[in-house]
Amino acid sequence: MDAELLPIGRRCFVQMTENPQSSGANRPPEKTKKVRGIVYLNANRCKGCGFCIAFCPQHVLEFSADFNAQGYHPPRLNDPDGCTGCDLCGLYCPDFAIHGVMLKYAPKPAEKPASEAREVRP
Amino acid sequence: MSVTTNMPQALCELPEGMEYIPNPVEEFIRTDRMPHIWCPGCGIGTTVNCFARALHNAKVNLDNVVVVSGIGCTGRVAGYVELDSFHTTHGRAIPFATGLKLANPKLTVVVYSGDGDLAAIGGNHFIHAARRNMDLKIICVNNFTYGMTGGQAGPTTPGTAITTTTPYGCYEEPFNLPYLAESCGAVYVARWTAFHVRQITHAMTEALKKKGFTFIEILSPCPTLYLRRNKLGEGLDMMNYFKEASVIKPGANTKEVALSYQGPIIVGKFVDVERPTFLEMMNQQVQRTLHAQYTGCADDHVRS
Amino acid sequence: MKADPSGVLTGIHFLDGDQACCEGALAAGCRFAAGYPITPSTEVVERFAQRVPQLGGMFIQMEDELASSIAIQGAVWAGAKAFTVTSGPGFSLMMEHIGYAAMTETPCVFVNVQRGGPSTGLPTLPAQADMMQARWGSHGDYEAISVCPNSPQEAFDLTIEAFNLSEKYRVPVMVMMDECVGHMTEKVVVPPASEIEITPRRFTNLKPGEYLPYRAEADGVPDFARAGEGYHFHISGVTHDERGYVAANAATQQKLVRRLVDKIRSRVDEIVRYEETFVEDAEIVLVAYGITARVALRAVQMAREQGIRAGLLRPLVVWPFPEKPIRELAQRAGMSGFVVPELNLGQIVHEVERCVAGRVPTRLVPHAGGTVHRPEEILEAIVEVARGEKKTAVEPCPAGVGR
Repeated sequence: MDAELLPIGRRCFVQMTENPQSSGANRPPEKTKKVRGIVYLNANRCKGCGFCIAFCPQHVLEFSADFNAQGYHPPRLNDPDGCTGCDLCGLYCPDFAIHGVMLKYAPKPAEKPASEAREVRP
Repeated sequence: MSVTTNMPQALCELPEGMEYIPNPVEEFIRTDRMPHIWCPGCGIGTTVNCFARALHNAKVNLDNVVVVSGIGCTGRVAGYVELDSFHTTHGRAIPFATGLKLANPKLTVVVYSGDGDLAAIGGNHFIHAARRNMDLKIICVNNFTYGMTGGQAGPTTPGTAITTTTPYGCYEEPFNLPYLAESCGAVYVARWTAFHVRQITHAMTEALKKKGFTFIEILSPCPTLYLRRNKLGEGLDMMNYFKEASVIKPGANTKEVALSYQGPIIVGKFVDVERPTFLEMMNQQVQRTLHAQYTGCADDHVRS
Repeated sequence: MKADPSGVLTGIHFLDGDQACCEGALAAGCRFAAGYPITPSTEVVERFAQRVPQLGGMFIQMEDELASSIAIQGAVWAGAKAFTVTSGPGFSLMMEHIGYAAMTETPCVFVNVQRGGPSTGLPTLPAQADMMQARWGSHGDYEAISVCPNSPQEAFDLTIEAFNLSEKYRVPVMVMMDECVGHMTEKVVVPPASEIEITPRRFTNLKPGEYLPYRAEADGVPDFARAGEGYHFHISGVTHDERGYVAANAATQQKLVRRLVDKIRSRVDEIVRYEETFVEDAEIVLVAYGITARVALRAVQMAREQGIRAGLLRPLVVWPFPEKPIRELAQRAGMSGFVVPELNLGQIVHEVERCVAGRVPTRLVPHAGGTVHRPEEILEAIVEVARGEKKTAVEPCPAGVGR
């Protein structure tokens, strides 16, 4: 288990002040990085569960210092260039608060999110 | 700093002229009812994400999909999906769904409910619908407890777990739901956990495309009750347990996939077979006897 | 609209009440039934199972009455007309779902061929002891309609009426037969389909997006939509708003539950049906329903032969109860009292008493069930009332009731 995984809920803010930014240590090396992603957040739906932060394969999400209307800390991107737009955050989020969009293809207004072009593997 | 807007905001800079691309789940949920009632760290919403993507992948006509739920936390799924949906009585989602399906066989009927609703009070209906191979897609979110009513023991609560009705620890053998489903005749049986989001999506897609009684069990955290009472941490901690303890064994013998308290979890697709459905068998049998006199239960005859 | 001829067995038949009830359902356009075997009702669905494969329809024998009573509602929401059939023990099991039908305004019919109770009781013998249960059996505030046939002919006619009432008011309707009517074989005349009036389901004309499943029209009843047509509606048994969404608060409860109840209470005059025989000049009026009414009529005749001006008021619709005629009769000059024979130890008599409000005596002729009253028993009560003998309306029954 990754020791960097942040605890959630009430404990998270304390943890954050000890560790204000994740190092983005898992960002893939430049030469293999072909995709870029955008993450959208509907902050007032977030309940601070931490799934997106824990299961982002690139570890580019962390709790922010902001509060949403319910008093939870929504996530923030600490390394925008590290996001690949895989949308695992969106797939995990139980509150439909966050989703990722892959920018491998030029986005057109009517197009479905490019992240859906990926095959779901068993 | 407080965030007051309700619109999704990009968390980083957007390229020039990029249009907003919505969350693929948005068109499937009743956005006027968000935020939903499920607790922080509850896995039910995660399964709904998978369901939304599965509906898209299976290319089903959304007008023909009906979601039927019972009572309980998972039972609230019906109310949050932007489909024809029914929130029925406790344990009776399956017979209600049976009536829907038989009166209009063109419908794709999904029963989305919890472990207590489907296997305790609904147990009898579960086994008979499986026996008949009624063409229903069952999604059972198993959080090992009755969450909505405050965390009581249920038919899937593992031994020694603390619940409000087993304050000294549970001492009953829980159901092995995949085994139950297979032994009653389900044609598709799979178990995953809320951690296995891609696999759940794939399983749901397969189930939507398959004829007959399909059963998918999804283990999920109940942070407010089951986890808190057993000091198992937050939802994320249970998700990590799912990640660590799961062993993927496709085609495993369902007799051997029983769960124990915080023990190993065998996940995978266990059963995927073919068997005529209830309607196919009925039509075949009655045709054999009545020949030309049989008008079939053609949709238009049954519906007014 | 007129009945669909394919389901109408036009002609003169010799049928028992159960079979006639099945024919009534088919004539009403019902093509879906779910049931569970229970004496003395099973013949209704046995006949249905035999008929529908040749008409186009569906019967499924479910695993229990809980499943049957909700499977029919699933079928209704897919667009079918549906009914289920049971007797006492099964009726008790169905109570939750009768409430669900009332709460979700699902039009469907429940047939109870009553037998001796309580519990397993007398499976093959008649009683009328579920009458209060038909009104109050499920929890919470709701109004359901109950009809009470007294013959196989009426089993046919009132089953059609039951379906019509359920569609018009979007409530569950009970057909409260008894084992005697259910198993007696008599002449049943089934008219041509063109002479049978059917109330169609009132589907919405609105488009998806405009339609709200529980926005009531002017008559207090919402329009219907069926699953699979793109409306994407949500239906819940939890207290809900016009969108069908869960809204579990006092304000919504007031609005919703009062409307559900007022749907019926404000239109009682349209719904009640009763038959009056020799009531115009009666000094003693019998109130009886179902098979007991036939015995009561004999007792009325016997009383008249003795010079007592007796009459019979027979409700065909027992719930909502025909309060108005009873109240008017109770206030009529020259009335000596009411006599209420029923195959139970006092159920509908309480309604009669309530309406009579003590103006004149109300005398119950109880019977624990198992057979029907003898006309002499009822005559005895008529004579006692005529003589002015003071007896309380409901007395403890002597041991070995059924004298």
